[in-house]
Amino acid sequence: MIKAENLIKKFGTSTAVNNISFEVKEGENLILLGTSGCGKTTTLRMINRLIEPDSGTVYINGIAVNKQQPEMLRRGIGYVLQNHGLFPHYTVAENIAIVPRLLKWKSADITKRADELFEKLNLNPALKNQYPADLSGGQQQRVGLARSLMVNPPVLLMDEPFGALDNLTRISIRKEFRRLDELVKKTIIMVTHDVQEAFEMGDRICLMDKGEIQQIGTPEELLFQPANNFVAGFLNDQRMLLELKSVFLIDVLPGYSGESSLTVWDRMDNLLHPGNNTPAADQLTIDQLMSAFAAYKKR
Amino acid sequence: MEQTQSFWQFVAQQQDKLWSQTWAHIGLTMISLILAILIAVPVGILITRKQKLSGVVLGFAGVLQTIPSIALLGVMIPFLGIGPKPAILALFLYALLPVIRNTYTGIMEVNPAVIDAAKGMGMNKWQVLTRVELPLAFPVLMAGIRTATVINVGVATLAAYIASGGLGEFIFGGIALNNSNMILAGAIPAALLAIILDFLLSLVQKINLKSIRVTYLILPFIFISLSSFYLLPTQIGGRMLGGFTPEFMGREDGYLGLKKIYHLGIETVVISDAVMYKAAFDHELDVISGYSTDGRLKAYGLVILKDDRHIFPPYFAAPIVRQDVLDNHQELEGVLNQLSGVINDSTMTSLNYKVDQLKQSPEKVAMDFMVAHQLYKPAKGATKGTIRIGSKIFGEQYILAQMYKILILGNTNLAVETKTGLGGTKICFDALTNNQIDFYPEYTGTGFLVLLKPDKKTIEQLNGNTDGVYQYVSNEFNRQYKIKWLRPIGFNNTYALMMRKEQAQSLHIESITDLTNHLNQK
Ligand SMILES: Nc1ncnc2c1ncn2[C@@H]1O[C@H](COP(=O)(O)OP(=O)(O)OP(=O)(O)O)[C@@H](O)[C@H]1O
Ligand SMILES: [Mg+2]
Repeated sequence: MIKAENLIKKFGTSTAVNNISFEVKEGENLILLGTSGCGKTTTLRMINRLIEPDSGTVYINGIAVNKQQPEMLRRGIGYVLQNHGLFPHYTVAENIAIVPRLLKWKSADITKRADELFEKLNLNPALKNQYPADLSGGQQQRVGLARSLMVNPPVLLMDEPFGALDNLTRISIRKEFRRLDELVKKTIIMVTHDVQEAFEMGDRICLMDKGEIQQIGTPEELLFQPANNFVAGFLNDQRMLLELKSVFLIDVLPGYSGESSLTVWDRMDNLLHPGNNTPAADQLTIDQLMSAFAAYKKR
Repeated sequence: MEQTQSFWQFVAQQQDKLWSQTWAHIGLTMISLILAILIAVPVGILITRKQKLSGVVLGFAGVLQTIPSIALLGVMIPFLGIGPKPAILALFLYALLPVIRNTYTGIMEVNPAVIDAAKGMGMNKWQVLTRVELPLAFPVLMAGIRTATVINVGVATLAAYIASGGLGEFIFGGIALNNSNMILAGAIPAALLAIILDFLLSLVQKINLKSIRVTYLILPFIFISLSSFYLLPTQIGGRMLGGFTPEFMGREDGYLGLKKIYHLGIETVVISDAVMYKAAFDHELDVISGYSTDGRLKAYGLVILKDDRHIFPPYFAAPIVRQDVLDNHQELEGVLNQLSGVINDSTMTSLNYKVDQLKQSPEKVAMDFMVAHQLYKPAKGATKGTIRIGSKIFGEQYILAQMYKILILGNTNLAVETKTGLGGTKICFDALTNNQIDFYPEYTGTGFLVLLKPDKKTIEQLNGNTDGVYQYVSNEFNRQYKIKWLRPIGFNNTYALMMRKEQAQSLHIESITDLTNHLNQK
């Protein structure tokens, strides 16, 4: 669906992005992960041509983006900015109507679509006539997302969409987002420097450093088959947590027949805080779970 | 002579003039402002795109604004003549900086994330500009326009100096005539105008614009074409155009007298004497009010029309000396009187010409003259004390002070100290009565009308009577102030109507009556 080939971008003498290539399949969720200044934003913006690469090409559906008119290209790609980028002089309703208006939608259609998204994103319809400054950070972020989804673009680029939020809000919005059917079908490239976020949201992760890709792969591949010391070191701090969160019960417990999306972490949570959760049907203890996990890792 | 007339009486009486001046003022301000906006906003936008230019452009506009307004108006006259055109151009130049700067700052201050979002959503450059940048920069931009408006309302008062009308006519006329009602009748509406325009614009500033539409740009053009109607009268013009100073316009022994006594019906504009002579020379004006010994008369080839019905009071120059000084230095009076009868109008004009136009020093001009007329003697050496000579702040007075200095040094044993440049009449006279100077050259008409301020009857009685006025001031100064008028120097620096020499000759106009007849001919 999206293919980047040998992208290079220099600002003056410093190289922001150095020969990057990757591919994202339709419906896939690719995370660009890395420390500040490693070139994530630059990479993302080369996809919708907000930045032109010095060399290399981006293809969407097999067509090189530099063969398309930039405005037309961008209207077909959802773009969510780090600090939402809502127009302060437009109301919420006007903000989310921007792209449909550019595409000459009828007002009735815009209203209908807006209502639909408001509902899905848990936004109070009363907010429609307010200005962005009157909204909370979480609300602004949702509106920003709603705006990028209005015309239902097949591709969504998100640059640290939760960057401006506090940790708790961030975690809860993230959960909501993952459950959104609107997002499930989309091809998404998302930038973050938060490892947990990357692991939670990504089908695959592209870990970058100093403008170069260090490794690109699924969360488990990064964890268990790090390509180099940088990758291993980058994840080290939170390795335990990440491992628990990214390993599924079904892989650890032979003969497990429950919910397939449950991770070891979920099960541990269930065992350690029984009050908050419905107890599982099996008789598994925390010791058994841990030794099964250890056995899995040795394989 | 100022009648005790209330401010409101004055306003009621001068209603028509007040309205026309106010409209002219609004016209000047708004036209220049709108032109400035039409140029400055695009320029401001341009320099946000070409940042390298911003320093140069802002610097240039900044320099324009530091040019003193009067100088800027003066510089325009050779190209644009007098009237509203140079005034509008000058005001336009003043308004540029605040508008360019605020357009630039306003756009630069727009949150880059918002512009990024706009581009990212697929807006083209024009859409980003009109829907995001300009609407968000609008409050800052409007602040610049408000600044420019207030500046322009103020500077537009100076337009009265170059015959562009506006409330400056009252303000400067009032200052010249020492008529506070007149000053206020100009100053209060000007202040109100600034406040009202600023208030209206502050309302506009608060509007939340979602986008700037091109159609908005048509409005200013409509406005300009409407308001340009006010320019028409002076552009049609009559056969002859008179340019008079604000002071002259308001005086009985000026324009009012011309109308009353000569029944002169000439189209007039108000103008500063700083540019009046040049404007006559440049054929912008045909008749001007000047001073009969002004050096520019000679410089610009003008002739004086004879005041055959004597409306201009005599302004013969003579030294006025405190009596106690004369008593202490018996020899002084005779020495000072050596200059009496020596300098006539045309001699004084050419001496002034040397100082004002050829930029020779008053010392040199005085010395050359004294040597040529055998009045110079080497200094005798000072042993007996010091005489302090005062002078007002213009060339003619400097020259006279230097001449007296030469006479005193050459003929007495007194030392001399000159205190030149004592501002106007009042300052000089106060210095004399307060024993800060011992004498200075004064004019009979000034002594009569400004210092003594006699009643209306006396004025009418002595009107045009040269000897009568001299006798009157001599007696009254002696009686009231113990100050003596010595014998007149000879020239008469009075108001005069002037024309270009060729024009006057070809139309056979020698006197003001001739001029009136000529104007009434057709
Ligand atoms: N317009 C620009 N001009 C000059 N240098 C730039 C520009 N944009 C980015 N850079 C530089 O390129 C490098 C990569 O920047 P980029 O914004 O892609 O980093 P990032 O990974 O998104 O960082 P962050 O997590 O802080 O957003 C940085 O060193 C940055 O300073
Ligand atoms: Mg970034």
